[in-house]
Amino acid sequence: MCNESSHDKHAFRKSRRKVLKGLAAGIGALALPATNASASVWEAFFQKNFRELNKTELNQVLARLEGEYSKEYGKQVTVKATLPIEGVKYGYGLDLSRCIGCRRCVYGCVEENNQSREPEIQWIRVMQLDKEKGVDLSHAEHYYNPPEVPQEGKFYMPVQCQQCENPPCTKVCPVQATWKENDGIVVVDYNWCIGCRYCMAACPYSARHFNWAKGKLPKEEMNPDTHYLGNRPRPVGVVEKCTFCIQRTREQPGRYPACAEVCPVGARKFGNMLDPKSEIRYLIENKRVFIFKEDLNTQPKFFYFYAT
Amino acid sequence: MKIYVWRCLSLAIGLVAFGAVVVYAAEVEKYFDRHGTLIVQEKVEKYKRRADEGTTYPVPPPPFSEDIFPCSDCHADMEPNPQRRELVDMHEDIVLNHAEGQRWCLDCHNLDDRDTLRLISGEVIPFTESYRLCGQCHGDKLRDWKVGVHGKRTGFWNGEKQYLLCAHCHNPHSPSFKPLQPMPAPVRPENLDRQGSQAAPTHN
Repeated sequence: MCNESSHDKHAFRKSRRKVLKGLAAGIGALALPATNASASVWEAFFQKNFRELNKTELNQVLARLEGEYSKEYGKQVTVKATLPIEGVKYGYGLDLSRCIGCRRCVYGCVEENNQSREPEIQWIRVMQLDKEKGVDLSHAEHYYNPPEVPQEGKFYMPVQCQQCENPPCTKVCPVQATWKENDGIVVVDYNWCIGCRYCMAACPYSARHFNWAKGKLPKEEMNPDTHYLGNRPRPVGVVEKCTFCIQRTREQPGRYPACAEVCPVGARKFGNMLDPKSEIRYLIENKRVFIFKEDLNTQPKFFYFYAT
Repeated sequence: MKIYVWRCLSLAIGLVAFGAVVVYAAEVEKYFDRHGTLIVQEKVEKYKRRADEGTTYPVPPPPFSEDIFPCSDCHADMEPNPQRRELVDMHEDIVLNHAEGQRWCLDCHNLDDRDTLRLISGEVIPFTESYRLCGQCHGDKLRDWKVGVHGKRTGFWNGEKQYLLCAHCHNPHSPSFKPLQPMPAPVRPENLDRQGSQAAPTHN
């Protein structure tokens, strides 16, 4: 009797496990987009981390993305995965004595890097500060909107990703979807990011931005020259940030970042910190330079300087 | 004929010898006190060519006002007048706001050929090299400009670069940078979800 009941119990348990297994598999299958399951959706679902892709897999991924984006935006979109250039570490200089706070850089960046127009995402934030108080963030004004800039007694400080040598954001990522490349650029694999936003909390410069919705990006304004780790259109629920215009600067010859190119006062400088003849080295060696929030030991490669 | 050759030769030798004496004299500078005793004798450093001397910088065409260049179109038939004066018939729109008490037109523009500029040394330069003219006073800015730290340089960070002339950003007659209208401010976070119906930003 006793034996029989235990056998029954066992049999029941086994069947419950089976049921649960079946249920889990069923729910899992439902969660996958089975209704419009094209091959590319399945490929995206099973795609590896960018750094684990071999050459053939990478080419397949790039081809798949190019196809998707070309269809979505109605033009030929290229997705590059250009590697860092040997012997290059990028550095950026921003002349605070020149910047007038006109925000041309903000919109130049949005156009180049396919940021969402709605909800609005901008990688550069310009702060208006009092000359009397200096770099005192408690007096920073982001939403200034006078008819003309610069305003009397104010100075302007644009902030974007500082491309830290010791980045706090990459350390907190639970899935290693963000890392520092060999040329110093901190990048995000949008296909691997799970959208937990830990990196946004860790960044002391508020340089990372979250795609709360699928960004609206007008077809005619979409920049078709894209990089996998840079300005390709972002899916919903991932974090994005400035990449020093990776799609421009990693080319040979490489153009200056869009923000530097658009600045009407020439306050933005860019170059290779390992090249002693570059303008970035000249300004670090000859001008008064500071790095933002130096006490946090993030070691930014973004140098604010005063040319006068 | 023979005598002529010898005369020429001796003249040449004499000239060379005289030149050497002059060069030697120029190399040493002597300082005397009021009694005529030599107190210091200094070797004068020879003029060294700067590494970048003679290099020209790739710049776009100078930003002339429409139909104003070449200046010789009008000035060719005019008698040059070096007299310092206020202009009344032409160019009266130019208000000099650039050390106006100390200089006037012909300190920079060339009296003899208006299509060119003139350095203090007397050297005549084209408008495409106007940075040398500005650099006479603003030497520190010229130095920074050459390495790409003052002013805007476009092109390739690891390749060919294009410079802008000083005059592309600074009006030479009134050089301080003119204020601009800023681009729209970012949306405040509390308005992000209402962005579609957001009213046009107002100036405050």
